[in-house]
Amino acid sequence: MLILHCPYCGVDADETELAPGGEAHLKRFGPGSSDAEFEAYLFQRENPKGVHFERWRHANGCGKWFHAARCTTTNEVFGTYSAQVTEPPRDIHDKITGKRPGWLSRWLS
Amino acid sequence: MSDLASPLPGVAVSGIAEVRELGLRGMITIKGDLALPLVNSTATGVSGVDFPDRGQANYVGERGLCWMAPDEIMVLTPYAEAAGDTAHIAHVLRDTHSLVANVSDARCLFEVSGASAREVLSKLTPADMHPDRFRPGAFRRTRLAQVPAAVWMRDDQTIEVFAFRSAARYVSDLLANAARPGTAVGYY
Ligand SMILES: [Zn+2]
Repeated sequence: MLILHCPYCGVDADETELAPGGEAHLKRFGPGSSDAEFEAYLFQRENPKGVHFERWRHANGCGKWFHAARCTTTNEVFGTYSAQVTEPPRDIHDKITGKRPGWLSRWLS
Repeated sequence: MSDLASPLPGVAVSGIAEVRELGLRGMITIKGDLALPLVNSTATGVSGVDFPDRGQANYVGERGLCWMAPDEIMVLTPYAEAAGDTAHIAHVLRDTHSLVANVSDARCLFEVSGASAREVLSKLTPADMHPDRFRPGAFRRTRLAQVPAAVWMRDDQTIEVFAFRSAARYVSDLLANAARPGTAVGYY
């Protein structure tokens, strides 16, 4: 069972209070983009074994979207954070690096 | 004038806790920037209570404020005064980016009371009802089995349950079943 801390209302929300929103930090490609970019935006998703970033909504709760970083193999939650960012914040990034040295980050080296 | 009635007037069951329907109550949703002094003062002015902290509700008599979300507060009023209060709030906030709605008729309301009240709710919600975590004054939106609901710890043995009126019978049956005599778990 997954329990995520909602950064908006501050409760520890059980998975059954949450609605999954898929992979986080997608960059939108719309009008003017190439067919390949648009296809990737619509259909191509990460499916990692390990560190992953997702969007969740506190549906049976405050109703807010937020971000979560977790490990897909162990379900260890590294942290949750604001929806108003386009990449994982530094503290979440550092926490993952502390627990999974050598993980491949898309955002920071 | 219509003959206004709550969904299950007078419904009450007694088991490991007392469950009863509470009748009609005025509920007004305000969505907006809660940090704006005008939004804050309008909510506290109409309700006559301090603005609640995150995850809390304050009340005096039939009036109160429930913290719903970072941009949403719910005003409790006597049912008969909800329409007038809604118009007043909407007028005061007319030039402020906000939403004001009288949601009184969208809701049903129950009370679960007694030494095992927490236990009854714990059978139905994933929310942590432990006395150390969910203290008197705490207000939380969650779910009861398959429907959304909010639970409010009025005092250590009294819990108010808010749900959608369309699910009133379902919620009533859930609570009555969870409170059936002889089903105490004794966890808390
Ligand atoms: Zn929340």
